[in-house]
Amino acid sequence: MNVMDTRATSAMLYLDGVHVSFDGFHAINNLSLTLAPGEMRAIIGPNGAGKTTMMDIITGKTKPDEGTVLFDGVTDLTRLDETRIAELGIGRKFQKPTVFESQTVQDNLLLALNVDHSVKGTLFWRGSRAESERIDKVLETIRLTDARNRLAGSLSHGQKQWLEIGMLLAQDPKLLLVDEPVAGMTDVETHLTAELLKEINKTHTVMVVEHDMTFVRELGVKVTCLHEGTVLAEGTIDQVSSNERVIEVYLGR
Amino acid sequence: MTSHMLTRSLDRGAAIFLAVVAACGILIPLSNLLLPAGSFLQVPTYLVALWGKYVCYAILALSIDLIWGYCGILSLGHGAFFALGGYAMGMYLMRQIGTRGVYGNPILPDFMVFLNYSKLPWYWHGFDMFWFAALMVLFVPGLLAFCFGWLAFRSRVTGVYLSIITQAMTYALLLAFFRNDFGFGGNNGMTDFKDILGFNVQAEGTRGALFMLSCLGLIVSFLICRAVVSSKLGKVLIAIRDAESRSRFLGYRVESYKLFVFTLSACMAGVAGALYVPQVGIINPSEFAPGNSIEAVIWVAVGGRGTLVGAALGAIVVNYAKTFFTSGVLAPYWLFMLGALFILVTLLLPKGIVGTFNAWREASKERRPAAATASAAAEDGVTEPKMAEKRS
Repeated sequence: MNVMDTRATSAMLYLDGVHVSFDGFHAINNLSLTLAPGEMRAIIGPNGAGKTTMMDIITGKTKPDEGTVLFDGVTDLTRLDETRIAELGIGRKFQKPTVFESQTVQDNLLLALNVDHSVKGTLFWRGSRAESERIDKVLETIRLTDARNRLAGSLSHGQKQWLEIGMLLAQDPKLLLVDEPVAGMTDVETHLTAELLKEINKTHTVMVVEHDMTFVRELGVKVTCLHEGTVLAEGTIDQVSSNERVIEVYLGR
Repeated sequence: MTSHMLTRSLDRGAAIFLAVVAACGILIPLSNLLLPAGSFLQVPTYLVALWGKYVCYAILALSIDLIWGYCGILSLGHGAFFALGGYAMGMYLMRQIGTRGVYGNPILPDFMVFLNYSKLPWYWHGFDMFWFAALMVLFVPGLLAFCFGWLAFRSRVTGVYLSIITQAMTYALLLAFFRNDFGFGGNNGMTDFKDILGFNVQAEGTRGALFMLSCLGLIVSFLICRAVVSSKLGKVLIAIRDAESRSRFLGYRVESYKLFVFTLSACMAGVAGALYVPQVGIINPSEFAPGNSIEAVIWVAVGGRGTLVGAALGAIVVNYAKTFFTSGVLAPYWLFMLGALFILVTLLLPKGIVGTFNAWREASKERRPAAATASAAAEDGVTEPKMAEKRS
């Protein structure tokens, strides 16, 4: 994935000079980051580096104190709420898998489909062939076809992670924010997840936050290392992991 | 589209429930009216009125279950919507008294003459017409719920904070309706009703008809609730109940969903109140008492929230127990028993009567060998895709 060709104006996601503080704690400090359309970016960084807060800002959960957050080159995300941002086409997978536990796998995907989300639309909703075909396709992609009628709450941890990725696929957003997709997964599952994300990246722009270096290496994409709410290093995994400041931050001062 | 929504929403439990309510709604008034008094099968008139009251409570319980059981909104002020519907009906009944009141004023109800009102307050106009009063039964609770919900849900007030402000809402209304200058009869409320649509409210025939109408109200409310919860909107409500912020990130406007279901529920509670008032013959501010709303929540918890049938069943069971125990030597201890019931249900039957029964039936179905599962699913006749898949 060549990352040097598109910048700023045509960026899918553009963050510039973003600041957020909670009660005097500067969670995000002059953060600037650009994501090109079609790119996959891995975000690493020690605990408290501001990775999740950054996702909160992009998805409208947290409002930045200052700075610019532009989506698709035109939309100012700092003015919109979560629902509006989701409608624009930004999907998010949470660090802790958050699926609708008391509903079936199939219904979880149905809820995620990017169809009419209005009260009227859902009240008078009738399933269509196109919708069930899309659900079937997603189920196949995330390898949960056999579990479609099981309650999401009864799935294993890894399956829940996949279901949540599947919900992102059903949502079909322009930009996917994926927070720690392989936390708590076995090596095999981790490998399959990397394959899955690479497949998804063929048609979507993806931002992955992950601690697991083997996984990040397997993705083989440009890496951004955050520290204390700002970008510490950016480049290939080899460049970043050999950067002295990064080593210092990870191993302690 | 409507027929599609109906067929999808009817499973066996719901069908049994509807059949029982319909049978009661027809047989009880008929037995009261046609069989000779004192006969073994004759239902005495006082019981028709009493059971009619229970049926109204069952509608109120359904309305609470719709928002609490399916959307996680615990309203501790739903009695307010019930009472407002009741007041709207009470105002119609007051205007029907006409010159038969103690003071014989053709326009002003007795309490207004007594309090030296010179003319009818503006908000009493139109209540001499039944259609207008019936509209207000839906509109007033609906409007209050809409305004209240719009403010509360938009500001993302949830959980216990929402429960507390609903409680404050009903208490504020209680205080307002107690005031004589508020124009709704103050402390005494409204009573001494004579006619409804030209029929004497005390007559046995009218009581039977009101009972029948209450059962019809319960059936219609139940069908509306089922249609809502078995639509895709029902799935969204459960999603909001279980993971509100996740639903937002999927692009659902949570506040609109809550507002819709809260307003619908308030309108249903209003209808319950309107059916209740002519049967008990009085409406006064004590209907706004916070305790009433909490009691209604207990009915739902006992019956099983998120089951609809359970809510209606809970309302009838708890109120039957209340009538039974408050009329004997145990009367002073009823509130303790109600409190104990709530604690016991919370500890031992967190899913309520119907919820526990359903869970037990599911479990016993799973224990049976796979071959039996197919026949069980077929005999259930459930329209949910889950069952259809199992059979194939």
